[in-house]
Amino acid sequence: MEPKIPSAKQRQHPRADLTVAFLKILIFVLALVPLTRLLINGYLDALGANPVEKILRNTGFWTLSILMITLWVTPLRLLTGLTFIGRFRRILGLFAFFYVVLHFLSYLVLDQFFDWPNILKDISKRPYITLGFLAFLILIPLAVTSTDGMMRRLGGKRWRGLHQWVYLAGFAGVVHFWWLVKKDITEPALFAIAFSVAMLVRVLMKARKRSSPLPDHTP
Amino acid sequence: MRFNHDLKECEVTPKALWASRRDFLRQAMTAGLGGWMAGPLTANAGPLGAKLNPAFRVSDPTTPLEKVTTYNNFYEFGTSKEDPAQQATNFKVRPWTVTVEGEVNKPQTFDLDDILKLAPLEERIYRLRCVEAWSMVIPWIGFPLKELLKRADPRGNAKFVEFISLMDPEQMPGQKKAVLDWPYREGLRLDEAMHPLTLLTVGLYGDVLPNQNGAPIRIVIPWKYGFKSVKSIVRIRLTETMPVTSWMKAGPSEYGFYATVNPAVDHPRWSQAKERRIGDFLKRPTLPFNGYGDQVASLYSGMDLSKNF
Repeated sequence: MEPKIPSAKQRQHPRADLTVAFLKILIFVLALVPLTRLLINGYLDALGANPVEKILRNTGFWTLSILMITLWVTPLRLLTGLTFIGRFRRILGLFAFFYVVLHFLSYLVLDQFFDWPNILKDISKRPYITLGFLAFLILIPLAVTSTDGMMRRLGGKRWRGLHQWVYLAGFAGVVHFWWLVKKDITEPALFAIAFSVAMLVRVLMKARKRSSPLPDHTP
Repeated sequence: MRFNHDLKECEVTPKALWASRRDFLRQAMTAGLGGWMAGPLTANAGPLGAKLNPAFRVSDPTTPLEKVTTYNNFYEFGTSKEDPAQQATNFKVRPWTVTVEGEVNKPQTFDLDDILKLAPLEERIYRLRCVEAWSMVIPWIGFPLKELLKRADPRGNAKFVEFISLMDPEQMPGQKKAVLDWPYREGLRLDEAMHPLTLLTVGLYGDVLPNQNGAPIRIVIPWKYGFKSVKSIVRIRLTETMPVTSWMKAGPSEYGFYATVNPAVDHPRWSQAKERRIGDFLKRPTLPFNGYGDQVASLYSGMDLSKNF
């Protein structure tokens, strides 16, 4: 949970740092694959009969997927004891934000084409859009305060408190998807499981940590 | 991304483009659907000999065949829009019979080939509005459903018509998932079913129905949301009481029996005021009764369509 400001200990292991840096580049490249595919298919006119719907669904899907992976970073770190996993949390969270911005812009420009009265009606009257918009709003301050400078300025405790809102964003995002699906809820259900299990592991590991004097990565 | 805004009708679907599609269909038939070869449909292995009925023709440009056949809601073949085109390729549409039963004096089972001879086939260009707020314009081929219903001689107490689609999970993999209560059921009031706009449909774009569009026989009710237009029909039952449809069972607060296109009555989860015509970028306002109000509004006089949605 604590902000990952590179510590003196980590700096003493240049090889481990190199591995982490390499993996970060890998994450960076992989996270851009969905967008690249959308752009190429858009250019080739291969987005199907309803390109706007395809873009909306696709950017939404990847927002949720990357957000779920982000929410799994800490549970995985706690379960495996591999502390370096925590160092991928920021880049993953920022990519979730990147895709939610694309998702929102697709809605604003492609789907609604700046029809503000209708957008306001959507947000206020359609519960699934209300929740999606809420999740988007929550993620904005989290992205803004993701830098080392902002962590220092806010201080660990306040920063942590702020960033715990990501759980609500994740929850709202999953329900947003669940409520928009007409009938086949297979995909939203998978996201709901991913979210719930991540939350459960977190709670259980925290409880164990509190009842045990040992640090969490000790077997 | 390319959007077709201002295409003239003649430019929308180049003949060569859908002709090649037809070649493909014909090859598919020769290869796997031998039954088609025997039917009158393909006596000369060509398109259905149906003339356009100019009385039933909207002036909007038609949606290209490629889009009509690759963007389908046909949950029997999967819930994504691309699924039906991929999953329905081997669907067997012959032999095929349609049973008309219930409150009729002459219940009977029709062979598809006999149905095709009941009345002259005609082409009609209809708007199709999906409940998901997208729409298409499709040149269908068929004849009014009433021509078939008349043959069964409905009794005086028949008030409703129930349509039942094929149940065959082996061929329709979507039915292995309990997404809806299979088989798919829909219904109309008898006067709606007898309305001249209600088309018993066997083809589109000059040829037999592609499997993913509801082959071999479906109905098309252009003033109602698309889910009312049942595909792959095997049974038609006339009843005294209002049938419960698959979508009414699945979501009674979201899908009603009448389901007339109505921009003033939103679906509980989304607006119905506008629609995206497939191929367009900007949405357009949705018309009451999908633009067929002058022909069908009288069917609902005195009814509150916000309650009977």
